Amino acid sequence: MNPVIELAGVTQTFVSSDGTPVTALQNVDLGLRKHEFVSVIGPSGCGKSTILRLIAGLLRPSGGQVSIYGLPVTEPRDEIGMVFQKPTLLPWLSVLDNITFPMKHKYGRVDARDAERARELLEMIGLADFGHKRPHELSGGMQQRVAIARSLLHDPDILLMDEPFSALDALTRDEMSFELLRIWNERPKTVVFVTHSIQEALLLSDRIVVMSARPGRVSEIIEVPLARPRTLETLSNPLFNQLANDIRVKVFSRRPE
Amino acid sequence: MKALLNRYISLIAFLVVLIAWEGACRLLEIPQYVLPAPSVIAAAIGDVGLGRWLEHTLATLSVALVGFAVAIGLALPLAIGIVSSPLLARLLMPWLVVIQSTPIVAIAPIIVVTLGAGVLPRVVITTLIAFFPIVVSTATGLASVPPELVELSRSLRASRRREYWQIRMPFAIPYIFSALKVAITLAIVGAVVAEFVAAERGLGYLILFTTSSFKVPVAFGALAILVSCSLVLYGLIVWLHRRLFPWSLGLDR
Repeated sequence: MNPVIELAGVTQTFVSSDGTPVTALQNVDLGLRKHEFVSVIGPSGCGKSTILRLIAGLLRPSGGQVSIYGLPVTEPRDEIGMVFQKPTLLPWLSVLDNITFPMKHKYGRVDARDAERARELLEMIGLADFGHKRPHELSGGMQQRVAIARSLLHDPDILLMDEPFSALDALTRDEMSFELLRIWNERPKTVVFVTHSIQEALLLSDRIVVMSARPGRVSEIIEVPLARPRTLETLSNPLFNQLANDIRVKVFSRRPE
Repeated sequence: MKALLNRYISLIAFLVVLIAWEGACRLLEIPQYVLPAPSVIAAAIGDVGLGRWLEHTLATLSVALVGFAVAIGLALPLAIGIVSSPLLARLLMPWLVVIQSTPIVAIAPIIVVTLGAGVLPRVVITTLIAFFPIVVSTATGLASVPPELVELSRSLRASRRREYWQIRMPFAIPYIFSALKVAITLAIVGAVVAEFVAAERGLGYLILFTTSSFKVPVAFGALAILVSCSLVLYGLIVWLHRRLFPWSLGLDR
């Protein structure tokens, strides 16, 4: 089967603020299958977020090629939804208006179908009664759920998530992970999930891409042999801890210095 | 009692100062042309009459408000230009800094010579004094938008116009209003400075005219009215901000 997302020999260099070129990514090859959940993990500065921005079409690679459905990415595409580290909701809009904001922003108006879909999504994330609240009235976890609903409004095939739970407390993180799995089950998508957390990556992913820093490179791709659906029991499975340790060793052994 | 004191402390202090002022003037027999007592000022305000006060106040206020409006009309597009184009920023910033560094009071007579003695030079002087803080503050606000929201906008391939209208401008609202509070008081300053140079009406003109004939109590009266106008306009902007954009009041910045 052809990959949905493909990075072939992708290299990305930036010019840093003091004028020296920095290689963020070097020769990255990566292919994602349809409806696959892939996590990207690695130390800070390994170019995890750069990969997301390349797939999103927000950056053009300095070398190599990024393709979606076999077509080179030259600009942002409609079949992509993005979730960021912070919820970045608009404080002057209600929760519902925040979810429909992409339509308002792209087309200048929100039609009845979008409004209906926003209400469905709100129900799906368990915030049906919060539609008319303002973002500041919601907890951090609730806000991030709204941000996820916003990214799902146009029913994208591909979901790009940049450490979406890293600003949340530990308990909320676990809860959000199961929430995301449930959403992904209901509406299967190809997901690229950038994270710092090995546990999170294991719990969620089909495969984990381990990266090394300076320059950012794919050092290993690990298939996660844990059965689905993943539940609370998965977390207490001895295999889970075993895998987490293995990955930790791999991440640390590749740290420079 | 303590709560009451907390609430009215500034008013009480104001009254205490007034009483001390009045007492000092009477006890020390300070001549009127040096420092008139509050009661003398109040009497002088009464003597001048409502009609003349209205005429002078409206003259000053109209110049200040028109200058303020023009300043906003110039500053917002300039700020958008500076934020959206680095080239434009490099082109405009030196000019803005030069205008800001120029003591407007010093060039006011030159502007009057160049533009004649009508309302135009007074509005120009007011605008020049008031617009700079609005440009700087609005530009800062427009640039303070979380980068993720700009990326969201780009990933939707939304137009730049919508990026500014639906994301950047609302984010800049708190910045714009804090600048407007500064600018409105500056606009009054500008209008008065302009009247010092060339005018036949207005509170600034009245101060200049009455002090030259040692009618100092009237000058103090004009000053009191100027301060009151400034305070009311300032309060009006605070009120508008609360009324129109309540969501932006508690934003962490």
